[in-house]
Amino acid sequence: MSSAPQLTSQSATKGYIDCDNTQQPTSGRVPLVLNMHSFGEVTHQVCRVAENKPPFAWYVAFVISLSMVGFLGVCVTYLIFTGVGVWGLNNPVMWAYDITNFVFWVGIGHAGTLISAILFLFRQKWRTGINRFAEAMTIFAVICAGLFPGIHVGRVWLAYWLFPIPNSMDMWPQFRSPLLWDVFAVGTYFTVSTVFWYVGMIPDLATLRDRAKGKFQQFAYGLAAIGWRGSMRHWHRYEVAYLLLAALATPLVLSVHSVVSFDFAVSQVPGWHTTIFPPYFVAGAIFSGFAMVVSLAVPARQLFGLKDLITLRHLDNMNKIILLTGCMVGYAYSMEFFIAWYSGAMYEKFAFVNRAFGQYWWAYWIMVSCNVITPQLFWFKAVRTSIPLMFILSIFVNVGMWFERFVIIVTSLANDFLPSSWGDFIPTWVDIGTMVGAFGLFGVLFLLFCRYLPMIAIAEVKSVMPEANPHAHHASPHTDHAPAAEGSR
Amino acid sequence: MTAAPRVYGLLAEFETPAQIMAAATAVNTAGYRFWDCHTPFAVHGLDKAMGVKRTILPVLVFGAGLTGATIGFCLQAFTNAASFSIWALVWVAGYPFLISGKPLMSVPAWVPVIFELTILLAALSAAGLMLLLNGLPRLSHPLLANARFRRATDDRFYVVIEAKDPKFLRSKTEAFLKSLGAKHIEIVEDR
Repeated sequence: MSSAPQLTSQSATKGYIDCDNTQQPTSGRVPLVLNMHSFGEVTHQVCRVAENKPPFAWYVAFVISLSMVGFLGVCVTYLIFTGVGVWGLNNPVMWAYDITNFVFWVGIGHAGTLISAILFLFRQKWRTGINRFAEAMTIFAVICAGLFPGIHVGRVWLAYWLFPIPNSMDMWPQFRSPLLWDVFAVGTYFTVSTVFWYVGMIPDLATLRDRAKGKFQQFAYGLAAIGWRGSMRHWHRYEVAYLLLAALATPLVLSVHSVVSFDFAVSQVPGWHTTIFPPYFVAGAIFSGFAMVVSLAVPARQLFGLKDLITLRHLDNMNKIILLTGCMVGYAYSMEFFIAWYSGAMYEKFAFVNRAFGQYWWAYWIMVSCNVITPQLFWFKAVRTSIPLMFILSIFVNVGMWFERFVIIVTSLANDFLPSSWGDFIPTWVDIGTMVGAFGLFGVLFLLFCRYLPMIAIAEVKSVMPEANPHAHHASPHTDHAPAAEGSR
Repeated sequence: MTAAPRVYGLLAEFETPAQIMAAATAVNTAGYRFWDCHTPFAVHGLDKAMGVKRTILPVLVFGAGLTGATIGFCLQAFTNAASFSIWALVWVAGYPFLISGKPLMSVPAWVPVIFELTILLAALSAAGLMLLLNGLPRLSHPLLANARFRRATDDRFYVVIEAKDPKFLRSKTEAFLKSLGAKHIEIVEDR
């Protein structure tokens, strides 16, 4: 069913048809929405994704993801019924794929919050095209992340011991442990991200409610939109609340990966016990997260016809952030080596030489090639604006960042102080199955989100269109003195 | 249209942010009190034009943040450093947890949890109190029953003057809204 987009007579004045918005214009602001003249068209463009049947590729992806989730279920059930021994980790490598995957997924989440909160505080208007699904990605990634510590505790049925719940054993968590800080950090991160996402989605859910044709859709979207009427008195408090949430989420996101890095940095293990970890982890998290956003945005905009809302400029900007954070990560790698040498601590020195040239040398060099060397191609605009190249490079970064966590965790544990207690880690099929299954879980959640929820923040995109400026659009002959271009990059 | 059911108010439709801005300024100047604008997105500066007072929300959120910090500190001080019992749903005892020779009141180690609880309470209250102050969730409202009003979440801008406003007089208010350049005006019934 296609209800034609309502073309209003107003504002058919200057359209940004087919313009290359990766160029910096000589005057005015960069168009962030292409080929569209009216608010109604934006509404239609986004809502039809949720209203119409999805393309065939969606079903294919969904079935594949769902079968991966099925396999995840098998692996987790087998683990719970048998014990953590079904994984390849053993003394001395007590943390391996489980924590690698945990840190990987938490890191993925960080780009969503960076886009939704930090770019909001910096008034980066291009965030409006990508923030909704980046935030969704955050939430689903944190769900995948939460799975791993949840099942690696061994006796899963006692996982509630992580929380300070009054109990008849008079037993409390040990609050001086970074592992417990993690519970609070990741728990808060998940809760606040979900709230932020939902609050941002309320006006768009109301749009879907008001367009819904079927009884069930009207009821479901109506319930989810909790009676939003677009009242300006409501918008006033809403905008203040949104700003507050952004201001709270910004230090939160920086704290989360810092706390994750404390899991390592607070210990005495050579290769972990370094002060550079918190900023290094945060930069790496944003790096990997943006790569994941690009990996998702490229097929999604193609599949759902959203190229006019997620434009090349959005992708170009994200690739610039990948380049920047990739350089920061590369700096951290070299600084780790320098400090290992400069500290004069022989265990520290050995840990780093061993990373690059020990039995896991291949993991280390995959990490360096994918995270430091290939992203340098993003210095070239031709690469930053080439869809196939950016997709390939973003996959490289995802792979590289997974290996970064693997290198940090496994190489440090495998060869610590005493050669007599050294050991290797070899993954079992359950290790690999759980990792693959987590990607399936992420895929299922993300595909369902694309299918049923507004993928793009409709209200926010409208508010950054030139037509939304209440002072500019008088359709008088001399309209060109538009208000000063406020940070539209 | 006869006004047999109770009248909720008058709905006036506008097409651009500039029009609603001008209309809102005029309605505010005319001295109406029970009225509102409904827009598909937050039109920049419209709240000021309407004379909306700045919300108290940030103060409340600050209070919630402080509460979170206090809870974070007390929770950790009690469960890891206290040697007395309190009643919290059940009788619970604190446990002076001596570990790796650290002092019992090891505040620096408690900072992460204090911080996270501060953020958690502040964020939850920012969202929750925003909805509460807005009178949401409210699934039934005269405006939501109006078919024309559905475009308020799409591409139309509405001024609604409620019948309970002391200055509301159907014919006069309607003429006033017409004079503001409304594209369409209709009565919203309260059924």
